[in-house]
Parts: sequence; structure tokens; C-alpha cells
Amino acid sequence: MDLANKLAILADAAKYDASCASSGANKRDSRDGKGVGSAGGSGICHSYTPDGRCISLLKILLTNRCIYDCHYCINRRSSNVRRTAFTAEEAVTLTLDFYKRNYIEGLFLSSGIVRSADHTMEQVVQVARTLREQHDFRGYIHLKTIPEASPELIEQAARYADRISINLELPTQTSLDRLAPEKNLARTQQAMGRIKLKLDEAHDRRKNGDRKLRHATGQSTQVIVGADDSTDADFLARSDVLYGTYRMRRVYYSAFSPIPEPSVVLPVKAAPLVREHRLYQADWLMRNYGFRTSEILPPETPNLDLRIDPKLAWALRNRQDFPLDVQTATREQLVRVPGLGLRNVDRLITIRRHTRVRLEDLARLRVSLPKVRPFLITADHHPARYILESDRLIDRFLPKPVQLDLFDDADR
Amino acid sequence: MRTVDPGDCFETWRAAARRLLQEAVPPAEVIWEGNALPCLFEELAAYKVNADKLVVPAAFMDLAKSVACHADPDRWALLYRILWRIARGGERSLIEISSDPEIAKARRMEKGVRREIHKMHAFVRFRKVGEDDEGRERFVAWFEPDHFIVEAGTPFFVKRFANMDWSIFTPKGCAHWIGSVLKFSPGCAADPCEDPDQMEDIWRVYYRSIFNPARLKLKMMQTEMPKRYWKNLPEADLIDSLITESRERVDGMLAETPRAVRPILKNAYLEKLRNLPEVAEGE
Repeated sequence: MDLANKLAILADAAKYDASCASSGANKRDSRDGKGVGSAGGSGICHSYTPDGRCISLLKILLTNRCIYDCHYCINRRSSNVRRTAFTAEEAVTLTLDFYKRNYIEGLFLSSGIVRSADHTMEQVVQVARTLREQHDFRGYIHLKTIPEASPELIEQAARYADRISINLELPTQTSLDRLAPEKNLARTQQAMGRIKLKLDEAHDRRKNGDRKLRHATGQSTQVIVGADDSTDADFLARSDVLYGTYRMRRVYYSAFSPIPEPSVVLPVKAAPLVREHRLYQADWLMRNYGFRTSEILPPETPNLDLRIDPKLAWALRNRQDFPLDVQTATREQLVRVPGLGLRNVDRLITIRRHTRVRLEDLARLRVSLPKVRPFLITADHHPARYILESDRLIDRFLPKPVQLDLFDDADR
Repeated sequence: MRTVDPGDCFETWRAAARRLLQEAVPPAEVIWEGNALPCLFEELAAYKVNADKLVVPAAFMDLAKSVACHADPDRWALLYRILWRIARGGERSLIEISSDPEIAKARRMEKGVRREIHKMHAFVRFRKVGEDDEGRERFVAWFEPDHFIVEAGTPFFVKRFANMDWSIFTPKGCAHWIGSVLKFSPGCAADPCEDPDQMEDIWRVYYRSIFNPARLKLKMMQTEMPKRYWKNLPEADLIDSLITESRERVDGMLAETPRAVRPILKNAYLEKLRNLPEVAEGE
């Protein structure tokens, strides 16, 4: 099989992994080296496909042969998909050829499980080792690891990579048992824990002056949303543990997508894209806005409202906290106002030291006035109490129902 | 009313603006227009000594350096109005008031410039044109930026591609890194070397294969990769067909007969997996 055909199969096999980050690496470039590459700035998305996802890394599987049988996965052993494998040399050359043309930030390498976890890990590490040691490649490398691989191999992977990851895929062992029978939640988290210790150790060594140390700076994981009946509360509770205990850089939520090789165990259906989006918003609020999981999803509502964003949903449930005065409210309070983002809150806190903030100031900061108006007091605006207390407040934020207008065409 | 030549970069504008400020010429009396006066560097240098007394916040200088790269011809007048308000109008903190109409406008321009630099780093596509005797590769690229960002955007490429030779041609200036020496040259009207690179076909294979037809998000794609960039991206001519075919591909998947579960292989490793001791969650 020629390289183009292999690439078609092994990129197709890798596309269900949502991770694309190329940021957060240790800063470096190629001016004092022999090879090519730099990393350590903010990530760069070199292209976008019509699915709205960015192309930042060459995302491929080393092989799509696999002895596991995960029913959401195109590469499971029960699938009739065409099988192939890159040689290490092919994966290396492809990475360098794309990189030198500025198509990508680096390589994201994953693999189906062949023979055993250790055997597979060795193949993956070999590609990264060749890139780093033979070609002095200084671009970004993300390696997918297998929890059952030996800790020594995982540590080797971490030494060549900038980011390593293990995909959890489903938030509970019950779900895994049904849909990914070879996967084990406790073993996965155990491996994540070991990786975290190594990442912390490397971080400390760099901080104490070992600037030459080459080591990954973070780990991430992915869960599939909508493959089974796990609730948003299940996902967010799992994310809480993953961020808190294992200090994930990111938990990716990937809407369960139809695949050309569906399993009897898991019938395909349209990908729940809005739900995926709402989970990312909730995740973001937990990590950057100081929201607790229990605030985003109170016990009586285990799923996010798909119609409105989770911060607005929280505000509508907690109207007693509003309206807030933009001139006097604390930063922690202001970031909870629907329509105000972190950056604009910081700007407003600076601005209010010099002047009385008015609605036109908010408009110039590109804040959506319809969204903040019910919740915010400004120098020239005080929201009517009845609006904030109205049962129909939510209607202001829902998309307008389409109205049929006989004269619609004539007006234009 | 006087007509002043801002030159073509931040430094020339700054020299002219300093002089105007020294002479206390209010913004309303200045028309910023190219080629109005010859730029006399000796004369500018003479003013420098005095001008140093004019202290403006570092944040203004950063803002002005970015805004100077913007293509809007009104940028020089806008910068001078802001400078005047800070230095002569007693509004020392103006730069911190991001909601002031003029600061807001300048910040938007700054954002546009930064974004265009970022897009240059993202969308420049090198084509290989050869190798020298020692195997050092040579690449060229054609890019069409909206703003004057070639100089600001080039250090990134020097750091990343230090051991290759390359030229980036644009209508707004060109950058060349040859034999580890960086040079800039005036812009050119059209792509001077149109031969495609054979890797572009492989790149298109990748683009087509990494796309998931089951999750169309066209608005997201176009926000991040606006159409004006498409003509210089070798993968962009696939976009329309990928979109049109996606419906049929997804319908095909939904109509597919589900595959039966293949029995567990007789596999020593899977056997071992099943017999691994339980790990308590949270360990």
C-alpha cells in the first residue's frame, strides 16, 4: 500500500480523538540546533476542516490493527475496516515533510493495541525517539499512552513528548464494561496518578534550574459523550476528579459520532454536538470562573440545559444574587454575570477606577447588552425588579420563534 | 492646518508626532498624509534630545507599535489624538480606559494586527524549491496579509525554521532567510513562483481524511479560517465537495447493518488483562 493510502486510513482512524492542543510546551527553538522546530508559545491552528475542528498536529495512528473491542471505535477488532500500519520511518518522514512546509505544529501519535500494551508502546516511543534524537525535531509531540504499559515505557514516552494522554472514554466502570470491555477505570486512573508524579517531578527540576530537562509538561484525556446514558453530572463529576487529583490540562468531550462500521452493541445516531458544546462551557466555568460542579448541576437536574449556556442557567436559578452593581461588585461576583467574560471583567475593574461605567462602555467592550441588562446596574441603568423576577425571563435568551410574514419578500 | 508625512512605520510616525507635540499642534490641525514632506532624519534626530522629556506610558507605546501596522490610513491621526490627550490633555490614565471610543478603536485595530500575525504563522504554506550542495533545503511561500505585518511576523519563522533557507513573498513586503541572514525587500504584486509542491497532494489526503462528515460546523470553520485566506491554502479547494458529500456519507453510516461482535481472540495478552488484580479506585 502506498503512503497516501496508508495516510488516508490512519488519519481517518485517528479523527475521533478531539485533542488538538499544541500549547504549553517548554519554550525552545531550532536556532542552536541542527533540525527544525519550535514550541512553547500559544498553539497554532494551521487549518480548519468543515467539522469546525482545527488542524494543529498531524494526528495519526501508527496502526489501526487492534485486539480490543471498544464498540464506539472504528478500529475495534469486530470492525471490517481496512487495516494497515506505518513504519516508524514513514511516520517520521511524514511529520518532518509536513512540518517544514508549515502545515502542522507537530505530531499526535496514537495506535491500536497490537500484541500487548508494551509492544505497542515501544513502537510509538520509537517514532518519537527517532524524531528527537536523529532529526533534532523540536516541534510539538503528543503521545497517546496505554495504562497497562509498563511505567518505564510511559516515562520514556513522557521524555520525548510535550503532552501525553490516556483516554478514559467513559466516566464509569459500568459503562466501560459494556462498551469497552478491555478498559479499566481504576487502572487508567492509577496510570494517570503515576504520570502526574513524574510531571510534578520534572516541573520541580526545571524550576530548580535544570533548564535542559526534556519532559512532557502535562497530560490530558478524552471522554465520549452520548454513547450511553451517562449523565452530564457523571461527566462533570469525573472531570472534577481528573482535574483535582490528576491535574489534567484538559478533559476533552467528544460527541459520539456515527462511524461507517457500527456495532450491534451501540447503534449509531447523530452526534450530540450541542451537548458537547455545553459540557465544554461547564468545564470552562469550573476551571476558570470558580464554579463548583454542584452549582452548575444541582442534584435535581443531572443534565445541562441545551437551550442556554450553563452560566446563564445558573444565574436564572440564583436570581437573588442579582442585580449587581458594576461599579462596586467584586471580581468573583462579576465573572458570574451572564455575558461578562474574564477579560472584560478585568477591563471593567480597571475602567471603574477612573470613570463611572455606563451601558455604552459595555457596548464598546463588545458585551452583549440584551444579555447583561437584567443582571447589571450601571451608572445609567437599573434593571426593573419585575424583569428579574419574571417567569418569562428565560424567553429573552431563547432564539426568536420564526414568524411568517406575508410581506417579507416585498419589504426587501 | 498642516500636512504631515507619517512615513511608513512606527518610528517615522513617532518622530513626526514628537515634533508636533513639542510645537503644541493640536490633532485637529494636522492632516496625516504620505509624501507631504520629505522625511529628514537629521532634523528628526535634532528633536530627539528635547523630546525625551515627553514621557508616555509604556502601554501606549506597545499599542501604537501594533496599530502602526494596521492598513487603515486613519491610524496615524487616531494615534496622535490619543497621544495628545495623554501628553497634553491631562488624561494620564486614558490608556487604561478600554471603553473610551478612541482607545476602543485602537484596541480593535491592535487586535486585528495581532490576529493577522497569528494567521500568517498559521497559513503560510512553504513549497520546497530545492537543496544546496550541503543539503540545506530551500522553500518559498506566498501570503496576502491585510495589514503590514511581515516584519513583525517573521521572527517566528526564523526561530522555527533556522536551518532551512526560505522566502515569504507578500504584496506588503517580503522576508528572506538565506544562509542564516535575514533580509526584507519590498512587496510584489503576484506570487513569483507558482510551482506547487508535490507534498500538497499528500497534505490534501490528510485534510480529507481527518474531516468527520458527521459533525458539520461551518460557521466555526469560517470564523477561524475566513474565506479570504482560502485561495492560498492548497487544501481549501476540497472544502465544497467535503460539505456536499457529507450528508450522503452520514446517511450511509446510519443505514449500515450493525456488525456482529467478533468473539474474543485466543490471545495471551487479553488473557493476562482479564486476570490482572483489581485496583482500588483512587489509588
